[in-house]
Amino acid sequence: MKTDDLIHLLAQDAPVRSRIGKALTMAVIAGILISGGLFFAMIGFRADIDTAMETVRFLFKFVVTIALAVTACAVVFRIGRPGASLRLWGWMLLAAPVLLLGAVVAEMAVMPADSWSARMIGHNARFCLTLIPLLSIGPLACFLFALRQGAPERPGVAGAVAGLAASGIAATFYASNCTDDSPLFVLLWYPIAIAIVTGIGYVLGRRLLRW
Amino acid sequence: MGHSAREEEWAVWMRAAIGGDAQAYHRFLSAVTPHLRAMACRRCDQFGAPVSEAEDVVQEVLLAIHLKRGTWDPARPIGPWLSTIVRNKLIDSLRRRGRHMSVPIDDVIDVLEAEEHADALDRLDVDRMLEQLKDPQKTIVRSISVEGTSVRETADRLKMTEGAVRVALHRALKVLAALYRSETSENR
Repeated sequence: MKTDDLIHLLAQDAPVRSRIGKALTMAVIAGILISGGLFFAMIGFRADIDTAMETVRFLFKFVVTIALAVTACAVVFRIGRPGASLRLWGWMLLAAPVLLLGAVVAEMAVMPADSWSARMIGHNARFCLTLIPLLSIGPLACFLFALRQGAPERPGVAGAVAGLAASGIAATFYASNCTDDSPLFVLLWYPIAIAIVTGIGYVLGRRLLRW
Repeated sequence: MGHSAREEEWAVWMRAAIGGDAQAYHRFLSAVTPHLRAMACRRCDQFGAPVSEAEDVVQEVLLAIHLKRGTWDPARPIGPWLSTIVRNKLIDSLRRRGRHMSVPIDDVIDVLEAEEHADALDRLDVDRMLEQLKDPQKTIVRSISVEGTSVRETADRLKMTEGAVRVALHRALKVLAALYRSETSENR
């Protein structure tokens, strides 16, 4: 086939049927619905949520997890578009860890040192490490499916960011069930669960997002 | 790709193409191709890929531009988008071709002479991929590309609707790109 023939062929398929922005918007909505549906079917809010809502520690968990979900989603929306700058939002990914570290410093300032390790270990580590990855499966699948329309420069990294965004959504749901509210608990266990999902996203991205 | 007036013209054509204007899209792809060819020839050396394969690289890059054009935001300039997609695909394609290469010097001279006519030659890669398509995709692609028929004529000939031919064509192009990719991993 000559190149002119190929151009003629491609021109016959001119209209664009799928836009990546639209696909990703659908992926965010579907991902939240799947993750939330599973969450409420399986465990739901913690029993004492009304009183928990009045404590700073409980509420601050959402500041961290929502910051992660929002910043990682913003990167996911850009990473499949060639030529779109990632610098600003790449740096914004640091928002969640910085907020969390600030909360940890505050926690250590107000709580006696002999209570730190008990607060850090908590009671729900097992659930944290299983439920966050489980609740991430739906959103991660949606993000990867939508990103297949993209053209990421590094497919593995794009998959990892999709994993980060998916675990941000999952962690937000999980945090409303978990009764361990200390920033020390969040600092120890949440990152392990999030790293698992991010690693899976990296491996899947390398396979599925090549173009 | 620097020049802004040219880029603005390309952007106008591409916006029309996204809306379904096949002629504007044809103009866009035809205008971009000489630049791709120059880049591919220049870069072949750097990756140790045979210059005779430069036109195959051009075709692979054109296919990538085509399948990923939904990632261009029409509100933004086309230059950065196009050069990023071209650079990534060009390097991907050349790197793969550079691997399995050890060409004696006599062949290089033959190749350099042949290169002058590379344009006119039928390319092997895409034809080999085409062989792996199933019908009716294979017939549709061949009819439109090699025989130069329109979608409507192809539909009449195959007793299909125009819409069905368009869908089959789009699927066929996606399969072609996947075939290029699977050859990449085999060679790694």
